[in-house]
Amino acid sequence: MALADLANPSRFLSLANRVIPWLGGLTVIAFAFGLNLAMGAPDDYQQGATVKIMFLHVPSAWLGMLGWGVMSISALGTLVWRHPLADVAAKAAAPIGAAFTLLCLITGSLWGRPEWGTYWVWDARLTSELVLFLLYLGVIAVWRTVEDPSRAARAAAILTLVGAIDLPIIKFSVDWWNTLHQSASVFRMGGPTIYPTILIPLLVMTLAFTLLFVTLHLAAMRNEILRRRVRTLRLMQASAVS
Amino acid sequence: MTALAALLIRDMRIAARVGGGALIGVLFFLVVVTLTPFAIGPDLALLKRIGPAILWLAALLATLLALDRLFAADHDDGSLDLILTGRAPLELVVAVKGLAHWLTTGLPLIIAAPLIGLLLNLDGLAEAALGLTLLVGTPALTFIGLIGAAIAVALRRGGLLLAVLVLPLTVPVLIFGVAAANAAVVGPVPFGTPFTILCALSLASLVVGPFAAAAALRQEIE
Repeated sequence: MALADLANPSRFLSLANRVIPWLGGLTVIAFAFGLNLAMGAPDDYQQGATVKIMFLHVPSAWLGMLGWGVMSISALGTLVWRHPLADVAAKAAAPIGAAFTLLCLITGSLWGRPEWGTYWVWDARLTSELVLFLLYLGVIAVWRTVEDPSRAARAAAILTLVGAIDLPIIKFSVDWWNTLHQSASVFRMGGPTIYPTILIPLLVMTLAFTLLFVTLHLAAMRNEILRRRVRTLRLMQASAVS
Repeated sequence: MTALAALLIRDMRIAARVGGGALIGVLFFLVVVTLTPFAIGPDLALLKRIGPAILWLAALLATLLALDRLFAADHDDGSLDLILTGRAPLELVVAVKGLAHWLTTGLPLIIAAPLIGLLLNLDGLAEAALGLTLLVGTPALTFIGLIGAAIAVALRRGGLLLAVLVLPLTVPVLIFGVAAANAAVVGPVPFGTPFTILCALSLASLVVGPFAAAAALRQEIE
């Protein structure tokens, strides 16, 4: 089944209805494994048990960026290919990405309080992550301000592509500036610098979070399509009455 | 070319006339700077230290003022449709409108900045550095703002949305503008380092801004 076949919302809905329960089940299993491994992971010799916050913090940060990535690709789909589901995908991804970015900021500051002695510092990584959160809110504001969904989609798409400049800034902020936030330690030249007892639970948790994102995103897309159908039916009903 | 020149002159005339609000930006700039010492206290040493940051922040907010009417006014009276059907490339048209906006709001700010800087106890070197960073940096604010103005063109609450959309994107300009202004006075980084990055940001926004704004306008009016 090609991407173009999914342009038909009914076909997408039937596929989503079949896939979502399986994805949900996989997500639960992955979380069961991941949380079990995370709880079983040894405490850090310096950080103690607070290192376990990382098992939520790192996957949330990843999903915050993945969400904007999905929105950027959808934005191209809206502007270039005019794929009918692209704007549905973009709209559905925005609140999920915003929620995980917020989760990343909150878990980070809860970790920062005992480790750095403060909830917040104006460090490049933290600041660019906060800017990402503000950009998410801006895109959601566009969706909530423009009444016509297809016009809102195009306005949001352009804003999304411009805002995508922030993604490399977040990723490389720890390399470009000398920051308090630690530098890249999983995906780097020469392999990860994290000890396997921490790294493996972290990767499993990241997989579980990603599955959660995909499940929530598909479900949100399904809801958005249904919401648009309700809107169309209401408009038809209103014009029939008058 | 003549069409673009005519547009530039028209936009500047509109800004200078009654209801245009070209000088309201400078007035706003002055008011914001005047309010700051009331908020943080009249400590001259402190004002001297944070003066460049206050002036940059005030310039950023003042730039936003006239932006929301930049395309919306043309949209309301129908001239935007004429521009869209005209032969001049929309990207250039948008860039010219941005230039007109900068000449009527950005440039007066830069001229007024040394005078207003005196209120914040800035010395000659700081004034010069600040003027130079504003000269190089305010075009970036205008051209990033164009994108927001184009997206919010046909909205009822456009002005409010504009600020929310544009301000996060201007963070890098603010960071390097203030960093360069401070570097000239206190160091330790040489003035050139943040200043060249500021120039790069301006040049990049000069390219990205008109293209994104033109795309947004085409989509909106369609």
